[in-house]
Amino acid sequence: MSAYRNLSIAQKQIVWAWAFLAVPVLFYVSIRFYPTANAFLLAFQEWNLLGTRRWAGIDNFVKLWHDPVFWIVFKNTMLYLIIGTPISLLISFIVAYHLDKVRFMHGFIRALYFLPFLTSTVAMAWVWRWFYQPVPIGLFNNFLASLGISQIAFLNSTSNALPAILAPAVWAGLGFQIIIFMAGLRAIPQTYYEAARIDGVSWWTTLWEITLPLLKPTIVFIVVFSSIGFLRIFDQVFNMTTNNPGGPLNSTKPLVLMIYDTAFNGYNMGYAAAQTVVLFTVLLLVSLLQLRILRDR
Amino acid sequence: MATSSTADDLAVKPSSEALLHVSRPAPQRNYAQYLRWLLLFVGGVLMVMPIAYMLSTSFKYPHEVYNLNLIPEEPTLENYTYVLEDGRFYQWFANSMIIATITTVCNVLFDSLVGYALCKFRFPGRYIVFIAILSTLMIPTEMLVIPWYLMSKSLGWLDTYWGIMFPGLMTAFGTFLMKQFFETVPDEFIEAARIDGLNELQIWWTVAMPLVKPALAALAIFVFLGNWTAFIWPLIVTNDQALYTLPVGLTTFSVEQQVEWELIMTGAALATIPTLIIFLVFQRYIIRGVVMAGLKG
Repeated sequence: MSAYRNLSIAQKQIVWAWAFLAVPVLFYVSIRFYPTANAFLLAFQEWNLLGTRRWAGIDNFVKLWHDPVFWIVFKNTMLYLIIGTPISLLISFIVAYHLDKVRFMHGFIRALYFLPFLTSTVAMAWVWRWFYQPVPIGLFNNFLASLGISQIAFLNSTSNALPAILAPAVWAGLGFQIIIFMAGLRAIPQTYYEAARIDGVSWWTTLWEITLPLLKPTIVFIVVFSSIGFLRIFDQVFNMTTNNPGGPLNSTKPLVLMIYDTAFNGYNMGYAAAQTVVLFTVLLLVSLLQLRILRDR
Repeated sequence: MATSSTADDLAVKPSSEALLHVSRPAPQRNYAQYLRWLLLFVGGVLMVMPIAYMLSTSFKYPHEVYNLNLIPEEPTLENYTYVLEDGRFYQWFANSMIIATITTVCNVLFDSLVGYALCKFRFPGRYIVFIAILSTLMIPTEMLVIPWYLMSKSLGWLDTYWGIMFPGLMTAFGTFLMKQFFETVPDEFIEAARIDGLNELQIWWTVAMPLVKPALAALAIFVFLGNWTAFIWPLIVTNDQALYTLPVGLTTFSVEQQVEWELIMTGAALATIPTLIIFLVFQRYIIRGVVMAGLKG
């Protein structure tokens, strides 16, 4: 204790700082940095969990490049992103824009839109899976049948399954995006709108010249955030296609499911790690690209 | 402390929180406004339909499941009796509750400890530690599951609570959020406490922590929800049904039931009801927390 007493105030602060950080630094090094390094290392090795880890150079990546399933999976992952992000952005903006102008039962309506965000993805995947079943089981097809429309194959069709799985993912995320959009809308000073009203500017011009430009930071955040979510989609696909995960015929399989299959059903750890490196790169590139494009405009 | 009256005022200053309560001009009352309200209301009702049908079906007899009516003709608790009789749901529920609670407590403590140290102490290496922690945000969980699995396997953590929990005990997101909020705590308070003879740990706990309570609540809600619904890691790390979390258990249970949709809906309802209750009780707090975390984090 006496050694501590002789320290200056600045030196005491250094001692305290590292005392505060000791356990967390240990955590970050062993549970974050070491595993990250291990994943990158494993991507250049070959290992089936039983034998020894063997160096494979870039073999895993070459194999991935020539793997027809990978290209289907890559296309699917991109489809989840390109369909999911604009649709959820558009719906959440429209709802937030109008909800912001509503006072009567505002909190109640907001709660209705927000509620799906709090549900468990796995539970809701099963609810939606039930909705999509053919007549006489599924709710959607029963509803169509009651209108006299012929039934639609949702999860059994190679073309409809992907959008059908995307729907609950979009649905669950809307509430969060609406709340963030409304906060963004409220941060815009009313004086701009008053000035526009006095000048007799049209509703459309006000939207494009005032609301959207001032909302740009919010839009950037939502686009990046939801894109990352769609690129990492897994829970819905795994639970809505359990008899044959990623099916039919890999038409819904996203990258994360391929990683899961390769690692924990095929025990091909090196190959799976190489796929995670691809996922990491895609996430990084997409986020950087979006930040770049949206910041410039 | 004599300063405590101002302390409360300063505690809830983050602008994002005030954003939800900015006064707005009263909207005009006309037909367009009524139509706007009606459409928003209908949209909101559609949003909660999947949840409503899930709950409604969980109270239906099998022969009524495929009807479109939302109110069961003969409500029954038989599905719940059947599902709970199994006994596994109690176990999964307890597992999820224990894991989500411990993880939340750890995050609240450690993330704020690190956030505080990075914000209020001057020491060599501060910037590096901050950047290092922040950089882990770029690494997707899916990249780390393989190294975490290998680690758990060699250390005997598979099929243990610790194995399920360890990856999420601290998060960079939480650390960053807390650091942002500790910026709002004036250095004078900390200086005053030092002169009063408190040590740094006491200052953090008794002076700084009470001032960032809203942020702590937001963090706690996010971490709890995230862990309650977490799927991919618990799926990988557990093999023993006794250690399954609710989402993983629900997947297994639903696959077993195959076409007994009323039982699957009951299981889904059991996984969803706790978060719905939490939402109904803490609604204002949760939405405020989402805005805070979304805009600051």
